[in-house]
Amino acid sequence: MTQASPRSIDKKTIDKKTIEKSTLKQNALPPSINHNNKLSYRGAFNLVVKRDLTIALRHKDDILNPLLFFIIVVTLFPLGIGPEASTLSRIAPGIIWVAALLATLLSLDRLFKADHGDGSLEQMLLSPHPVFVLVLAKIVAHWLITGLPLLIVAPLLAVLLHLNEQSYGALMLTLLLGTPVLSLLGAIGVALTVGIKKGGVLLSLLVLPLYIPVLIFATSAIDTAALGLPYGGQLAIIAALFFGSLTLAPFAVGAALKVSTN
Amino acid sequence: MFKWLHPYANPEVSYNFCGKLQPWLFRISTIFLVIGLVWALLFAPADYQQGDSFRIFYIHVPAAILAMGIYFAMASAALASLVWQFKLADASAAAMAPIGAVFTAIALITGAAWGKPMWGTWWIWDARLTSELILLFLYLGVIALHNAFEDKNLAGKAAGILSLVGVINLPIIHYSVEWWNTLHQGATVSKLGAPSMSAVMYWPFLICLLGFSFLIAALVCLRFRTEVLARNSMRPWVRELAINSLRSEQQISCNSQQCHSNNPNQGTK
Amino acid sequence: MQFHSFAEFINMGGYAFYVWLSYGVSAALIVYLLLSSISHNKTVLQQIAMRQKREQKLRQAAEINMKKQGLTEPEINDEIITAAVQQSTKDNT
Repeated sequence: MTQASPRSIDKKTIDKKTIEKSTLKQNALPPSINHNNKLSYRGAFNLVVKRDLTIALRHKDDILNPLLFFIIVVTLFPLGIGPEASTLSRIAPGIIWVAALLATLLSLDRLFKADHGDGSLEQMLLSPHPVFVLVLAKIVAHWLITGLPLLIVAPLLAVLLHLNEQSYGALMLTLLLGTPVLSLLGAIGVALTVGIKKGGVLLSLLVLPLYIPVLIFATSAIDTAALGLPYGGQLAIIAALFFGSLTLAPFAVGAALKVSTN
Repeated sequence: MFKWLHPYANPEVSYNFCGKLQPWLFRISTIFLVIGLVWALLFAPADYQQGDSFRIFYIHVPAAILAMGIYFAMASAALASLVWQFKLADASAAAMAPIGAVFTAIALITGAAWGKPMWGTWWIWDARLTSELILLFLYLGVIALHNAFEDKNLAGKAAGILSLVGVINLPIIHYSVEWWNTLHQGATVSKLGAPSMSAVMYWPFLICLLGFSFLIAALVCLRFRTEVLARNSMRPWVRELAINSLRSEQQISCNSQQCHSNNPNQGTK
Repeated sequence: MQFHSFAEFINMGGYAFYVWLSYGVSAALIVYLLLSSISHNKTVLQQIAMRQKREQKLRQAAEINMKKQGLTEPEINDEIITAAVQQSTKDNT
């Protein structure tokens, strides 16, 4: 196996070797994992998450730019509409959520593009691990990079928009449950468009209609909270959307990636 | 049980079958549409509340129903192609997308034209109209994805995945919009639904619905054949067909214009 | 018959604009779809036929070229010509 001629090496050994070379060593991962040829699903999952986070932390723009976009879009609205506190607090949930949708959309492009460019995406698809696990890991990493910062900044922006004090809890909870749905559904769109040169505009056309239910229920939960009413129902529906997309979306992403990489 | 279907997996067989079916579908749809629309425009009674504007109903509702129906048909075709690797299903899904988009657009425009006299505005964020608008976006996404790929087989697969994702989302979107609507709008909008339609209105509506369905079937046949040709352009039977059609076209133009000059292409053969 | 005169029919009980707008737009869209489908079918057929013609011309050119190069008849078989044609189409694209 070590010194065989190229022809006698079967496909699997090539895959394992190249994967070890390309994805593990290059990205400075703990070498202890390299020796373990039989990676458990959890191991593979953790490995991909770590890898994506390391890459993202090296290019801090990837984290900062969507966040800045989010903040700037939200600050544009009071300038366009007027500074009355009553108007702003009325439309604050919608603005924050629409801005969150757009910021997620902006960051989605990076989910698979770089990996597609350098070929490590194909290696990932060829690896013996199920695509489901690897794709889910990449999506989780994407949410940690883009969704979580949004969650942290959102209360500050809510202050700028005079959001009703009763709705802060609802805002945070809907963002916590809703932004992963955005990442999961968006990943399907990215996976479909990753092979296309001008996929950016197309991506928004494909993905934004799918985001509508999340937007509706999230803003409605925040509005209901502002009235002091229980918003458990809306939250439950967003949770249902989250678990539904968590189980189904990775399969769709895997199938789409197989089409795109061909 | 499904053995009789097997021959139709051959592109040539399905192409010819659709070619035979197509003129009949066009004829039947013309008959139904003429009867249905004349009945709807001339003989159906005016609604006691909405007057003659109710006659828009006879194209608005069939178009809206069929727009949703085509999406489900497209998604089933996509499922068939993804699960059983049935390539012709891709071609039929590709054929259906533009037709569905056009019927969704018809439903939206007629809805707006009906809404103006009834509600006083061209557009109202009514639950059904809104979900129809989102359906149009879904259709446009599928078409755009189709056009983005150069390889039509890849395009079919990608668009198939998207339409399946869309078909799972469609009921969710529909109910969320309905819920959002009742939440935000209150009771200002009374819905136009006709719960108990009398038979004099029901029959022309049914005939129009049938007519539009046959028209869609005919259009799907036509576009499906084009898709099959484009995907099998290197097959001998397609090449023969193309050459024959070109030759017959040249003959027609020669006969009508009495062409004297010898066709340069004929000399090379 | 619900209408007594043609003018009354056109007037549609005061809703003429909306009724005829929706019928007209629907008809226009369906006719457009029909015509574009037919023309699309024709262009696809034409493209396939044209490509064949181009291939035929290239084939002849390749044959003449080979004869010029001094190859004799038995050496010029179908396979060689097809290979030459494929080579030249690749260069073009």
